[in-house]
Amino acid sequence: MSWILTIFVIIPVLMLFGLWMARNDNQVRGVMATGATVLLAAAIWLTIYFVQQRNAGNNDAMLLANSVTWFAPLHIDFAVGVDGISTVMILLSAIIVFTGTFASWQLEPMKKEYFLWFVLLSSGVFGFFISTDMFTMFMFYEVALIPMYLLIGVWGTGPKEYSAMKLTLMLMGGSSLLILGILGIYYFTGATTMDVSKLASLHMDVTAQKVFFPFVFIGFGVLGALFPFHTWSPDGHASAPTAVSMLHAGVLMKLGGYGCLRIAMFIMPDGLAMWAPFFLVLTCISVVYGALSACVQTDLKYINAYSSVSHCGMVLFALLMMTQTAITGAILQMLSHGLMTALFFAVIGMIYHRCGTRDVRQLGGLMKIIPFLAVAYVVAGLANLGLPGFSGFVAEMTIFVGSFENGGMFHRVATIIACTSIVITAVYILRVVGKILYQAVPNKKFFELHDATWDERVAVGGLIFCVAGLGLCPLFFQDIIVNAVKPIFNTIIANAPAVSALANM
Amino acid sequence: MFDYAFLILLLPFLSFLLLGLLGMKMPKKVAGIIGTCVLAVLFGLSLYTAYHYFFYTGEYEAMKETFHVVNGRLDGGQGVYPTVTVFNFTWLRFTELLTFNIGFRLTPISVMMLIVITTVSFMVHIYSFGYMAERDENYKAEGYEKGFQRFYAFLSLFTMSMLGLVVATNIFQMYLFWELVGVCSYLLIGFYYPKHAAVHASKKAFIVTRFADLFFLIGILFFSFYVGTFNYDMNVTPGLTEKLTAIAANPALQWVLPTALFLMFIGGAGKSAMFPLHIWLPDAMEGPTPVSALIHAATMVVAGVYQVASLLPIYIQFHATEQLHWIAYIAAFTAFYAAAVACAQRDIKRGLAFSTISQIAYMLVALGVCTSLEGEGSLGYMASMFHLFTHAMFKALLFLCSGAIIVIIGSNFKDYMGGLHKYMPITNICFLIGTIAISGFWPLAGFFSKDEIVDACFNFAPALGWFMTLVSGMTAFYMFRLYYVIFWGQSYYELDPEHRRRPQEVPFVMWGPLVLLAIISCVAGWIPFGHFVSLNGLPEEIALQHFEFGSTAWFSLLAATIGFGLATWMYAGKKQPVADALERTFPKLHKAALNRFYIDDAWQFFTHKIVFGCFSIPIAWFDRHVIDGTFNFLAWGTNEAGESIRPWQSGDVRQYAVWFITGTVALTLVLLCLV
Repeated sequence: MSWILTIFVIIPVLMLFGLWMARNDNQVRGVMATGATVLLAAAIWLTIYFVQQRNAGNNDAMLLANSVTWFAPLHIDFAVGVDGISTVMILLSAIIVFTGTFASWQLEPMKKEYFLWFVLLSSGVFGFFISTDMFTMFMFYEVALIPMYLLIGVWGTGPKEYSAMKLTLMLMGGSSLLILGILGIYYFTGATTMDVSKLASLHMDVTAQKVFFPFVFIGFGVLGALFPFHTWSPDGHASAPTAVSMLHAGVLMKLGGYGCLRIAMFIMPDGLAMWAPFFLVLTCISVVYGALSACVQTDLKYINAYSSVSHCGMVLFALLMMTQTAITGAILQMLSHGLMTALFFAVIGMIYHRCGTRDVRQLGGLMKIIPFLAVAYVVAGLANLGLPGFSGFVAEMTIFVGSFENGGMFHRVATIIACTSIVITAVYILRVVGKILYQAVPNKKFFELHDATWDERVAVGGLIFCVAGLGLCPLFFQDIIVNAVKPIFNTIIANAPAVSALANM
Repeated sequence: MFDYAFLILLLPFLSFLLLGLLGMKMPKKVAGIIGTCVLAVLFGLSLYTAYHYFFYTGEYEAMKETFHVVNGRLDGGQGVYPTVTVFNFTWLRFTELLTFNIGFRLTPISVMMLIVITTVSFMVHIYSFGYMAERDENYKAEGYEKGFQRFYAFLSLFTMSMLGLVVATNIFQMYLFWELVGVCSYLLIGFYYPKHAAVHASKKAFIVTRFADLFFLIGILFFSFYVGTFNYDMNVTPGLTEKLTAIAANPALQWVLPTALFLMFIGGAGKSAMFPLHIWLPDAMEGPTPVSALIHAATMVVAGVYQVASLLPIYIQFHATEQLHWIAYIAAFTAFYAAAVACAQRDIKRGLAFSTISQIAYMLVALGVCTSLEGEGSLGYMASMFHLFTHAMFKALLFLCSGAIIVIIGSNFKDYMGGLHKYMPITNICFLIGTIAISGFWPLAGFFSKDEIVDACFNFAPALGWFMTLVSGMTAFYMFRLYYVIFWGQSYYELDPEHRRRPQEVPFVMWGPLVLLAIISCVAGWIPFGHFVSLNGLPEEIALQHFEFGSTAWFSLLAATIGFGLATWMYAGKKQPVADALERTFPKLHKAALNRFYIDDAWQFFTHKIVFGCFSIPIAWFDRHVIDGTFNFLAWGTNEAGESIRPWQSGDVRQYAVWFITGTVALTLVLLCLV
């Protein structure tokens, strides 16, 4: 039982092996479908097991924890364990991998190679979320980044080499800051461990915290599309193939927020207290700026990429608000945005595959021709603009209520500015819906399009189900998350009185 | 006793899911029948609820065992009808204390709203059988996708959301369903999505109301932060009154409650189409007419009124009366403005839409002039709710009548109508009844409710009373104008009978609901409404119902008669020389009224030129060129640096030898110097 979490890494490895052995497309598909289903089942099992354990009164910070020394001189362990946050993130990743598999069911060419990289990427993601050791986390983070270059560079569209290079270089730039930050944490705590929770209890030197906080925060922030390091996102997403966009926006960008909370804020609360207002301004800009930019884009993927900048900005924004509710909202937003945006990219990919263009000006009247995909697009759009009944509403409202609990004038104003994004979101979503789905069909060719195939219906239907499920019964997930946020928040407050002063300003 | 209440929300939701997921696979009729049957059940349940709630007052003691029951008076005192919370479960937990509940709450006004919503919705469901089938025929020629099933699915969703809104136990639940009705409205306005105008209108409606909702949300955030709860029922939440009192007494926080309440009202003003946020409602008439009747006349647009009414005790008790007065002034201006615009509209549905704006403004004026929880100052509350009730009935009637006309004529414009009284006798009578009712003539419904409002205004300030009397005269004028140009005057058909379709009466499924609503419009005024709904929870008498006409009643009757007389003089004949002369004399004024005094253009300017032109486009440019440019420049710089030192690594041995020797010599020299 104690090593059970490693199945989330072992299954992808087995899948890699299976893919390597596969002789034809159908075998590749078989391996992928089986593997993705097993992963999903394992993630659902983990969630249920987790809830059962918590209900049974097991209040360990990390469940299913275990570790083995990996590199003794630097005290690097391969340490695993999950709390509520990682549990929901693993569930999210499994859902995206599952639906992403079906969304790339008909991908050509080189299906086998594509899926090899795809699985390697997902193993990095899962490894990141199960790790509790700072260095192992970093390693898996890198594992998740590299395949992205090939996936975009080979299977992408448009200026794919440029985008792949840009994305990889910017994220690598982020991780170079990150490794500096990690080494800084390691040396200035004087620790004999890389375990995150233990580091957090060690009270790192205050000056060192102030120096290294921005390294780690920006390092992860690049991945979380922190202004002004977000520009890889529009190009990268626009060029990436469908399932890669899904996985990248859906899960990989969440690594950023997760890392900011787990490493930067958790270990360096004094650094947080000093830097929070500065980063708050940046995230606030992200939120509004992303939404406003999305209003005038003409490429469907660019619109969604900017919308992701706005929504992921909301995650970091909420984390920096330093109230328990806001942090809970941030995690909910990660979950919700992961599902919504994956749905959005999936549908956009399918529309692009059919129409051969993503240009808003050349599309129109799709509701009549491909109703299933069009309805899915509307659902994705409504979820994105925070309609009650879908996940976005739950997450945004938790964030806003939570942020408002931070009584400082500065925080109030920031919250109100961030709130305006709900109107701007409505503008850019409805503008596109009105243009591409409704009105007259501009191109006679479109009349011959066929609606979604069964594999696409599985992907889209599954995601809609999840988005609506989270939106209709949020309490289940919220309880899991709050349970995990509470100890982290309390540790931060206890370690740095300055933060609590910040929160009660 | 109210155990079944969850069905009132669940049934329409299930019907939505069923019709939404499987609707396209079932025949039209089946889909329509499912939707209508669900509404019939809801209508029955609402009547049953109202019957038990209002007439079995003795059972409350027994109810206390199962439900949360609190005495009815809003200030906590003993009243006639209690507040019954049938269920209230936690949906989302923000903090230990602050929870987002979804519940079902019965108060006199929520029970009244249940009746209003289910009645109108039920009528609309039946009526749509005929209307949508006819419309489908019209649109088939143009190759539009039909979507009868889709229509019923959306109607079910809307009914569910609206019911959820009125039975909300807290402001956040109201906000949740508020957003849902907004999106239903969006989907239904854009129902004929191949039409550009419909798409544009739906987008406009959603974005304008969403903009207003932003203020609502901020208001909720303020309120919940300082008060610590979302519940607006002072007598349900333990300690809420004390907490509010403490906040109101604290000089540093005195601004909080009034500000929060007014921000919430802005949300309501958006939904209820108050000036200057009214611009979406006339355009919303692009939707199918039954939708206009249900959503944009009877139910959703009064959500703002309902919201203010629900919060009214808090307004009054906690010194936000100044904000109430602002509401009254905004609403009074809106009433006048909309009535003026309504006089010039050519599109009959838009004419009715402006009339709706004007009448909703009446309701808000009545709430705004409430100054106390007791006595004369509290009259407005009852009057407002009464008008909401009667207006829902006769405005739904008028819209459904106009739908019948539009189906037959195939156009919304008055120029294609005229002289229809011969061809559509039932619709003619029903429309006439609606017109008389809205104009405020005794003994139809509008007279009683509107006169109560004017009375409340006179109590508050005579000037406001006179102003509202003037507007009621205008109401009679524009409504009779509309009536005459549709049913009398020169018939468009008769000008060229051989080539034009002969108008005929609509089928029974359509005129049946009309007749029912017409009957309700006739008798609704005689309901002893004050017995059921009043601000302090104690029964009030409506004097007019006992033939005790005060002076205000005579004034408004006089104003209505003048309006009626003017309209008859100007529009009843085949030719309309007076109206044409007026149009010629004041061309600018007429044009301005026709163009709604250019408020829409102002907003258009704001969104396109300011938001898009000054923010979005520059930001997008900045992103592409400055931020992206910086990173590209960095990449370019790195690349150039690499390029510039590349020649050093030339592979030429002689060059390496030169560097080697030069380096050695230089180092030796340096070392020698140091030594």
